Amino acid sequence: MRIVCPFCGERELGEFTYLGDAKPVRPAASASEDEVFDYVYLRDNVAGQMSEYWYHGGGCRAWLKVTRNTLTHEISAVEPAAGVGARKVGA
Amino acid sequence: MVGRAQTHRLEKGGLIDRSAPLGFRFDGKTFAGFQGDTLASALIANGVKLVGRSFKYHRPRGILTAGSEEPNALVELRNGARREPNTKATTAELYDGLEAASQNRWPSLRHDMMAVNQLFAPIFVAGFYYKTFMWPAKFWEAIYEPAIRRAAGLGRASGVADPDHYDKAWAHCDVLIAGSGPAGLAAALAAGRSGARVILCEEDFVVGGRPLADGGTIDGMPAAEWISRTLSELAALPDVRIMTRTTLFGVYDGGTHGAIERVNDHLPSPPEHQVRQRLWRIVAKRSIVAAGAIERPIVFAGNDTPGVMMASAVRSYVERYAATPARRIALFTNNEDGWRTVETALGAGLQIAAVVDARPDVSPAHRALAAKAGFPIMNGSVGGVDGGKHGVRKITVSLTGGARAEVEADGLAVSGGWNPAVGLTSYHRGRPKWQNDIAAFVPDSAPPGMVAAGAANGAFSLGACLRQGFAAGAAAAQDTGRSGKAGTAPAADDEAFSLTPLWHVAGKGKAFVDYQHDVTASDIELAQREGFESVEHLKRYTTLGMATDQGKTSNVAGLAIMAAVSGKSIPETGTTIYRPPYVPVAIGAFAGHHRDENFHATRLTPSHHWASEQGAVFVDTGLWKRAQWYPRPGEKDWLESVTREVKAVRGGVGFCDVSTLGKIDVHGPDAGAFLDRVYINTFSNLAVGKARYGLMLREDGIVYDDGTTSRLAEDHYFLTTTTAKAGLVMQHLEFCRQVLFPELDVQLTSVSDQWAQFSIAGPKTRDLLREIVDPAEDLSNEGFPFMGAREVTLRGGIKGRLFRISFSGEMAFEISVPARYGDALARNLMLAGKPLGVTPYGTEALGVMRIEKGHVAGPELNGTTTAADLGLGKMMSTKKDYIGRVMAGREALVAPDRQVVVGIKPVDKTSRLRSGAHIIPKGRTPGPDTDQGYVTSVCFSPVLDQWIGLGLVERGRERIGEIVHTHDPLRGEDYDVELCSPVFYDPDGGRQRG
Ligand SMILES: [Zn+2]
Repeated sequence: MRIVCPFCGERELGEFTYLGDAKPVRPAASASEDEVFDYVYLRDNVAGQMSEYWYHGGGCRAWLKVTRNTLTHEISAVEPAAGVGARKVGA
Repeated sequence: MVGRAQTHRLEKGGLIDRSAPLGFRFDGKTFAGFQGDTLASALIANGVKLVGRSFKYHRPRGILTAGSEEPNALVELRNGARREPNTKATTAELYDGLEAASQNRWPSLRHDMMAVNQLFAPIFVAGFYYKTFMWPAKFWEAIYEPAIRRAAGLGRASGVADPDHYDKAWAHCDVLIAGSGPAGLAAALAAGRSGARVILCEEDFVVGGRPLADGGTIDGMPAAEWISRTLSELAALPDVRIMTRTTLFGVYDGGTHGAIERVNDHLPSPPEHQVRQRLWRIVAKRSIVAAGAIERPIVFAGNDTPGVMMASAVRSYVERYAATPARRIALFTNNEDGWRTVETALGAGLQIAAVVDARPDVSPAHRALAAKAGFPIMNGSVGGVDGGKHGVRKITVSLTGGARAEVEADGLAVSGGWNPAVGLTSYHRGRPKWQNDIAAFVPDSAPPGMVAAGAANGAFSLGACLRQGFAAGAAAAQDTGRSGKAGTAPAADDEAFSLTPLWHVAGKGKAFVDYQHDVTASDIELAQREGFESVEHLKRYTTLGMATDQGKTSNVAGLAIMAAVSGKSIPETGTTIYRPPYVPVAIGAFAGHHRDENFHATRLTPSHHWASEQGAVFVDTGLWKRAQWYPRPGEKDWLESVTREVKAVRGGVGFCDVSTLGKIDVHGPDAGAFLDRVYINTFSNLAVGKARYGLMLREDGIVYDDGTTSRLAEDHYFLTTTTAKAGLVMQHLEFCRQVLFPELDVQLTSVSDQWAQFSIAGPKTRDLLREIVDPAEDLSNEGFPFMGAREVTLRGGIKGRLFRISFSGEMAFEISVPARYGDALARNLMLAGKPLGVTPYGTEALGVMRIEKGHVAGPELNGTTTAADLGLGKMMSTKKDYIGRVMAGREALVAPDRQVVVGIKPVDKTSRLRSGAHIIPKGRTPGPDTDQGYVTSVCFSPVLDQWIGLGLVERGRERIGEIVHTHDPLRGEDYDVELCSPVFYDPDGGRQRG
């Protein structure tokens, strides 16, 4: 697999580390235990388009949001993950 | 070596170099061949028909094919450490001095005792290991399995380390082509002329594909001349690379392909400084599979007799190698292409005994040829072969209409049609589709960017191969933005291909579908009767197609027979899933240079060379080599050295390289706020010039990592991690910074490799440090109190960082200098410390002192413990949010009966504690229900003069003083121990503050 890092260009899979689903957003400090439990543990098992966190540790150390089809491995978009997991983006 | 006469070598012809004779040995006998031979062609030239015994039944086997699809002719190639089992004689290039041995026979190939397995054939039928040997269970390991292993199986591995080197390399191109037949070469021409960067992989050592044996006319010239002209043109193009001896074996995501280049397999051993094989990862924007097709056998009784050979292979041996597999050949075909073999054989002066054609009508031209050459054409099928280990003698023919005929022949050429090589196009779970006119599966889809062309795409005529290859090459170049002129496509005639499907001739005797795994037609029928009708079940139950050849000659016939007995069509029956690699690839090639000491990268601490000079014993800690202890002459074991080191520190001064800790500079106005969110305790209120111990949780509330973080300036913190988690903590903090808390103005810089860091510990630490740092620096308790941290100037003007932190419990500092000064610092500490009796200490002494002080480390931060478990619950701030805060409050994580860190000491002071020993209440029987925890860390404490330890014990802190039992079933050691405070040494901390 090859990922086009928005900062480094097209690079090989071995330079990246996978984290997982980029959909969950970290709950506010006032959130209930149930909400945080969902955030920490509950994940959709997506067959198809999924947005995922990947870390370019072998390159620029950017966290990326990669849109990937889990059925075909086709990657349709790669963007910086800045603020993706935050409640308010770019406060 | 002097070889005997090559009895089956033609006087002239072939792509062999008769001026380069080669001697070789097979099963101890000496033979001769020529440069350009394979082992198979050289054996054939010497009249050798029997080359191996089969897997289960030890049936005599010969050579079936002339390529990488060979199921039968597997040999052990080379000797000693280079002995390579299951090598296909059909692809092993001959070299002078080659040694090969047949497999699966004892005591010899001609007199194989294990051939009695045939008598027990009923127990080796489909699914035999699922039913025959199931009872009684213990007999399996003791009797059945060893017996089967001796009786069945393939070659023997050398059993010693591979002496050769393997390489791994990357390549990038616009258009990647698999195969150098007419389609592949035409594709390379079109793509190359268009200006594309082209790589063409050919597994053979000669370029050209089928025309090497079958000839033909291309652009009005003999195929050989066209191939040679094409190679010249390709060589003149700027970026076309042809890689022979290279098999494209797989395609992966994003246009990444795997290829194995047999760089020096054609030599006795690789020349000095050269590799044996090279594993290529080729990234291509487009790829064209021009890998051709594989001729398929017809399943009939005795079809595995030596001398039964694929019709195309007969032509290959005669035309390409000038070697004659037989002198009087019968042909059994169901298609037009098989007849080429008649022309080849007659052209070489061989006799045709008969042609058995399953098709009702044979062309007048063939009839005329038969009349002229004087051989009969029989409409029907071959029902049996006489011969055994001496090879084909007589063939029984079932004529259409029911009559039988017999044909005397010493060879039988078989053609059941051709199967396109659909492997590469199907590796992304693509299912090929059935094409009726050729009765074969052809690619229906392919991985992104890949197309098939020529015979691999079901186009079998020379003209169609050239047209498809050229069109695919031109289109691929266009797709990659190369717009040069491709010119005109090479042209050739479209010869007719007519075929009447014939898979299996019913009859008495074993009829083999999968030669390599000894799967017969009746095995497939049995599988169907027993309900294993799905092709995936069929495959696993009978092991059809699961041998090293992955069923290249057998899968389709197997499916066809299953379809027939289950009353379905072949497309309804379907195919199994295709998986790479297309040919076996040595594990050594995947490992490349990553073996032995190069298995992974090695990281050396800044003082490594100095420590080596001191005779340090090193321990692997992740990628690091760390000094474990520094033995001195006369010390009888490690414990004596370590005890001396601990005593020297506690009584004087010692130092230890701790550069392996992860180090991260945290900069920015929000640095403190950021640390507050990632640590359970607060850092924003840490004064400049001070250090503080910090603990991080995972978001699920479990402890992640710990370390000391110092504030060097208002907007600059210096954070340390454990050695093990250095990279992961950096990744985690970057996630927090980039993804979770983008509003914070903070930057992280890994400086692990930039700073050499030493711990200097012991009551005489200041005396030593004063010789190292500038005399103007105030190291007094007032000028540099406990947990102070700041930049300092060293003697000589070097800037360093000094931290008054202690892991040992002694008066201690950690000092950082730029990594390039680390070696000099170690040497200067030794020099300046000589009058003080300075002692370097290793990780063992470090560990002893941390256990004596009750500090937790890796064994306690084990991925299951909470801050409270470690006795650090009070650090959890209630005034802020931080990673893991909410989950850490879950019921089970705050339960009162959790296993928590506690000290452990044996009641009998002479007992030795062992890590991993279970803790059970005194007087109870050890078992899961009485297990209350375990010993995590142990050491011999020089201070207490006994073994001590830390453990995780249920309600441990409430049970201080209780006598419990350690149970160690692995070592058979059981002791009474006392639960105690984890701080064994200087509990009020006076020494480190002094
Ligand atoms: Zn990058």
